[in-house]
Amino acid sequence: MTETPTQASPDTPAKSTYRQMEESITLAPIEEQIADWGGGHETQELLTLNMGPHHPATHGVLRLLVTLQGEVVRDIKPIIGYVHTGIEKTAEDKAYWKVIPVLERMDYLSYYFNAMAYCTAVEDLAQVEVPKRAQYLRVIHLELNRIMSHLVWLGTSALDLGAISMFWYCFREREQILDLFEMSSGQRMHTRYFQVGGVIEDIPAGFAAKLKAFVDVMPSRADQYNALLHGNEIVLQRLRGTCQLDAESLLQLGVTGPLLRAAGNPWDLRKAAPYSSYEDFDFKIPVGTVGDNYDRFAVRLAEIYESVKIISQALDGLPDGPHITTDRKIALPPRHELATSMEALIHHFKLVTEGMRVPPGEVYSAIEAPRGELGCFVRSDGSSKPARVHMRDPSFVNLQALSSMAEGSYIADLIATLAMLDPVLGGIDR
Amino acid sequence: MPDATELELIAQELRADPGLGQDAVLGTLHFRDRGTIEVAPAHIRPALAKLRGRGYSFLSSVHGVDYHPHEPRLGVHYEMLDMSAVDRLTVKARVPTEAPHLPSVTPDWPTANHQEREVYDMFGVVFDGHPDLRRILMPEDYEGHPQRRDFPVGGEPVLFTFNDSQ
Repeated sequence: MTETPTQASPDTPAKSTYRQMEESITLAPIEEQIADWGGGHETQELLTLNMGPHHPATHGVLRLLVTLQGEVVRDIKPIIGYVHTGIEKTAEDKAYWKVIPVLERMDYLSYYFNAMAYCTAVEDLAQVEVPKRAQYLRVIHLELNRIMSHLVWLGTSALDLGAISMFWYCFREREQILDLFEMSSGQRMHTRYFQVGGVIEDIPAGFAAKLKAFVDVMPSRADQYNALLHGNEIVLQRLRGTCQLDAESLLQLGVTGPLLRAAGNPWDLRKAAPYSSYEDFDFKIPVGTVGDNYDRFAVRLAEIYESVKIISQALDGLPDGPHITTDRKIALPPRHELATSMEALIHHFKLVTEGMRVPPGEVYSAIEAPRGELGCFVRSDGSSKPARVHMRDPSFVNLQALSSMAEGSYIADLIATLAMLDPVLGGIDR
Repeated sequence: MPDATELELIAQELRADPGLGQDAVLGTLHFRDRGTIEVAPAHIRPALAKLRGRGYSFLSSVHGVDYHPHEPRLGVHYEMLDMSAVDRLTVKARVPTEAPHLPSVTPDWPTANHQEREVYDMFGVVFDGHPDLRRILMPEDYEGHPQRRDFPVGGEPVLFTFNDSQ
């Protein structure tokens, strides 16, 4: 059954077959190669490295195929789709108001923006007038959401650069914002607060005071972040002058938002094409100069201050009036009417069972999300379900600029650039 | 947003262009203060180039629509943006499902790269001349184009190793 080991000669001990096989393998070719690398060929060697889809620095399920020449990045191929959940397809199967909670789950850091883009598109189609109070309440929540999104970006980006404590500071303030969201809507994330025609409920008693307290404390907290990061030589050296891209190339690549503003182009839809009463508020658009990672970082940090300014103005000037349109074909009647009015009961029944009907047509409407232009395309065929919903997600488009930014730089700068690009994979994959 | 007269002028300009010709513009639509120009599929590249010269120098979105049951079924929308005049214009091209071919605009507009791949993935519109036309969101070996209206929802097997062996 077993083969006897080769007969040992007197001077060598007996060896098993396995040992003999092992000895027959020679490392010589590999050693030759190693010797060869020293001969000036090492710069010719290209290494294709797979980053992700679960790399801690990719901010989600992003996979990058990176071709490296030593430490220098020569080519980047982003591979996406790992968290594709077919939200646009699902939306086609839901009544207009039931689409909102689904769409909010796309870019999970800017859920108010997702709902806003969709609601403005449907409001345009159905020609619904949004009451002034609802517009202001929307602005308050949008800007809170912008700060929240930037805080998550700042915390995780600092983490990528090696600053762990920033993460906890940022999430401390984020928690306050989520508490405010919970107060106004009952949910911390994916709040379904925005509805077609307005917002679902007026803000509760005590919300204004709590928001005021937050608005008062936030600028000093942002000052602290500034002091912590702007006074940090390591952060500055990692960011300054790295992975620069000029405004013209960014426009070619369709990049909008803080990335474009960092390159000196002050394009911001809140100023350029104001929606939801943004024209009422006094705020500035922070812009960078050269468009390197430092500018991207500084622009977002400065935007936090501007958002705080908008919130406090909106809170001080909050007009009275209804919080949602009084058009009963669009929005539910108030609860107390159901007890007394037959008509209200019918409207309620029709809206809950069938949903609103929207005149046929196609509309693309865009808003300024934390990451750039968030467009929503809605096609209606006249029924109570949208025939097509498409989100032009800024992360999806901005990701294309990554290779132009990071090619030719070091792999460490690629990590920093990815952090400053701020992609959210939920929005990219949808 | 261009008003109705302005939209007609743009359409006239496109028709008058020697590179495009009379049959390039199939129609215009002014709806909810938004202008849409429908362009013949073959003329999409020169039409967008012409609009770029007119100030619409930013292509903000490319997305697909399935007009089922109307023919030609598939539509591709190009959302053009003029950043200095703050003006938007939609250019639309429609192709049938039997021959869903459209010239790619990626060589002129790098931003269209991923978006055209998405339209290809979801609707099966083939963009001729695209440098890297592959599926982008769905798995490489996926069959069918899920965003088409006649593609059913549900019944999708979950890609677990356990299911793989079945």
